[in-house]
Amino acid sequence: MVSIAEPIAKPATPLRFILDRREVLGSLFVAPAILYVLLLVGVPFLLALYYSVSAYTIYDPSWRFVGLENFADILENPVFLQTLGNTFVFTFGSQIIGLILGKFGALLLLRPFRGRRIVRALVILPWAVPIALATVAWEWMFDSLYSVINWTLIALGIVTRSEAPNWLGTPHLAMLSVIVVNAWRFFPFAIVIFLAGITAIPQDVLDAATVDGAGFWRRNYQIIVPMILPIVAVGLIFGTVFTFTDLSIVFLMTMGGPVGATSVLGFSGFQTGINSGDVSHGAAISLFMLPVLFVVVVAMLRFIRRREI
Amino acid sequence: MAAVLTRDIVKKFGDVSAVNGISLTVPDGQFMVLLGPSGCGKTTFLRVICGLEKQTSGDLLIGGRVVNDIPPRARGVAMMFQSYGLYPHFSVRRNIAFPLRTQRVPGAEVDKKVAWASQLLGIDHLLDRRPRQLSGGERQRVALARALVREPTALLLDEPLSNLDAKLRASARQEIKQFQQRVGVTTIYVTHDQVEAMGMGDRIAVIDSGRVRQVGSPAEIYEDPADRFVATFVGAPPMNIVARNSGYLGFRPENFLPKDMMEDGSFTEFSFRVDRSEYLGSERIVYGVVAGFDPNQVITAKLPPAHVAEESIRPGEWHPFAVRNSALRHFDKDGQRSSGH
Amino acid sequence: MPRATVSKALQETSFYGAVAFFFVLAAFPFYWMVITSFKTNSDLYNVTNIPFWFNDPPTLEHFRYLFENTLFTTWLLNSLIIGLCVTAITLVTALPAAYSLARLTGRNGEALGIGIFLTYLVPPTLLFLPLSRVVAGLGLQNSMWALVVVYPTFTIPFCTWLLMGFFKALPPEIEEAAIVDGCSLFGAFIKMAIPLSLPGILTVVIFTFTLTLQEFVYALTFVSASAQKPITLGVATDLIRGDIFYWGEIMAGALIASIPVAIAYNLFLDRFISGITGGAVK
Repeated sequence: MVSIAEPIAKPATPLRFILDRREVLGSLFVAPAILYVLLLVGVPFLLALYYSVSAYTIYDPSWRFVGLENFADILENPVFLQTLGNTFVFTFGSQIIGLILGKFGALLLLRPFRGRRIVRALVILPWAVPIALATVAWEWMFDSLYSVINWTLIALGIVTRSEAPNWLGTPHLAMLSVIVVNAWRFFPFAIVIFLAGITAIPQDVLDAATVDGAGFWRRNYQIIVPMILPIVAVGLIFGTVFTFTDLSIVFLMTMGGPVGATSVLGFSGFQTGINSGDVSHGAAISLFMLPVLFVVVVAMLRFIRRREI
Repeated sequence: MAAVLTRDIVKKFGDVSAVNGISLTVPDGQFMVLLGPSGCGKTTFLRVICGLEKQTSGDLLIGGRVVNDIPPRARGVAMMFQSYGLYPHFSVRRNIAFPLRTQRVPGAEVDKKVAWASQLLGIDHLLDRRPRQLSGGERQRVALARALVREPTALLLDEPLSNLDAKLRASARQEIKQFQQRVGVTTIYVTHDQVEAMGMGDRIAVIDSGRVRQVGSPAEIYEDPADRFVATFVGAPPMNIVARNSGYLGFRPENFLPKDMMEDGSFTEFSFRVDRSEYLGSERIVYGVVAGFDPNQVITAKLPPAHVAEESIRPGEWHPFAVRNSALRHFDKDGQRSSGH
Repeated sequence: MPRATVSKALQETSFYGAVAFFFVLAAFPFYWMVITSFKTNSDLYNVTNIPFWFNDPPTLEHFRYLFENTLFTTWLLNSLIIGLCVTAITLVTALPAAYSLARLTGRNGEALGIGIFLTYLVPPTLLFLPLSRVVAGLGLQNSMWALVVVYPTFTIPFCTWLLMGFFKALPPEIEEAAIVDGCSLFGAFIKMAIPLSLPGILTVVIFTFTLTLQEFVYALTFVSASAQKPITLGVATDLIRGDIFYWGEIMAGALIASIPVAIAYNLFLDRFISGITGGAVK
């Protein structure tokens, strides 16, 4: 027979088992990261917002509130509108080219062939190598006097020496050049993303489609594309955010020129806010990046909710 | 003094109650099996006893003291997980020594205890290997050694045999049961397999939807089920249950025999039309329909093949079958056992 | 059937042709980088020469100049120090944070994890303005230590998210067994979770290091003194005298700085991908 024992209550003192308490440890562990991010991302973000509606410059660090005056100033400046337009052209141009190259590159790399490993390793390079160094190599390739591209064009008889294009000194060619460099940087990333997405498609699905009579193009567009869309969307979001806000390529290759033809938002914000010291207008310019970022973030959140990352 | 005692343990996850008020007593040295279908809350209940989950309400006493707010390491319990949970980056020796080192037991004592535990389980020749170099059975013994080395008040096992294939299960069952009888540690064993439960348990707690339906010895559970759930969960093929007289009537397949096999005593007759029979070597399972009951309900009979004449179970024909009255079980309309008729 | 073989041969050639196209497209600028760094100046600055191969014999003069007459070694050292410090700060902050979000905080943890990750998307070209004031306030303007302070703002979010994925992939039974065997939660973290995630942690270390090497915007903003520059900034902006670009040296420097990053990416690419896609894709 079983007897029920009297409970000998021994109160657990809170301090003794503090390292076991989930809530305590959980919060303690996350605290440093959250603190760092709040202090060095959150607070500066709010500061940037405030700068844009103040009259703060390096020479006159005034916190005086000026409402939307700064925004009005920059919007009246035709150079700014050109900058805004340039940013969109730069971003969408390079993303689209990069995506197309990425898609076809991925399809090529799917099929095993001799030397595929080496090709894959080298194709990754444009994305893997630091952006500034790769850009500098292109800068040299586009050099007004010694451009290897021009040398090739002249050697092939397509242009003469006097007709040789000044890639970085002619407005439309300059924009083309920066788009090319950015697309060149982006397409390996696109290849990797596409490969990841395509290899994730179960072989049974593709086989079933073949048995059902789907040819190459139908298989491609009706089966493969919808199934890799989530992953490609993530890649595109990253690519767009980084391109839209980038200044490195423009800074190194054209300094925004000629005559503002390649000036983009990130670069213009840098020129105004850091180089010229006009912090309030610089902040206002940079803030124009926010609407696009916001749309992108919302899209990403919605996407995350649908797919567990 | 009970080794483990729970009073009205409730565990909720959000709005969902996984454990719905379980009060259970496990005396010292007993092998208690928690038996129930997947999702019935038995594993959650075990984890509450262990301390990996904290109960929403209710009291838990181990070795006579209240351990509600005490973490696992101070409760005096040891646990063996479904996949054993061996530390892959430690040798077998370090695995077994680990619980002692965390309690800062001095080195010489640790070595002594590790030697004792590993000898007890016959794995002292494996002490320098890594878990990935061991077979499934060897890993189980390492897990047991590690659980035992602290001489716990209670040993908790969470479906340890479910990852094994059928052939190994029987011998593993044997090992665990023998081990427990030799060492005498209070054991709580969770499983969904009623064969394991019946074969190993001193007592069985049948659990469904977070509540204990019945606690008793295997014989009590089998012969004297407290409700329809227990009656049909234990025993294979399951007990036949038919609706009758605003209640239910139940009889086990092995008690449902051709009339001329009935010995003296009172019995109830049924007219049974055989539809199909399966010859399994040691027994014959016959499926059919009984006159007077739902024509869509299949009734099973389990017959010893040697004693049954072919004619008495020819398919398509109606045969007189019977059940001894003492083998009939009555349930009221809520499914609870009644003494009805 | 000759027709089938001809069309098959055509398919093969166009396939390999396409592969060659991508190969050249991706690799040519690097070939250009390599060959420029080994060409003599007289060879480089001569429009009549065929640029695709050496006309004068290859030389090491640019590399020599780089190491002897410029601050290149200083820049290398700077980048090394920055990399090590930032990696250390990131690990100390992100490891516990990732563990907490993966194991200890349930549904709120998921939301918080996503929130932290999203800060990775806040652009440097927006934050650099207020951060330059913060850096000045700390007295770190024009110093590489400004970068040590600022870089974790993007390495911590990204690495926390990566590490979350790695911790989630560990079977929880091992940590639970350690807890039952006598570890506190903290003990289980140190003795079980960390040793068993070493491959993931290594990936994060390599990745953080390459992130710091790659960064350009903050470096440009906060550092103008030549001796304080990290390597990428130094090579890209400092090898200029007046209006003259020292292309040979620039390419040599770029080559040296690119090689470790390229190697690291190639070795860790697969693991990095599975980290990003949450292990769902392998």
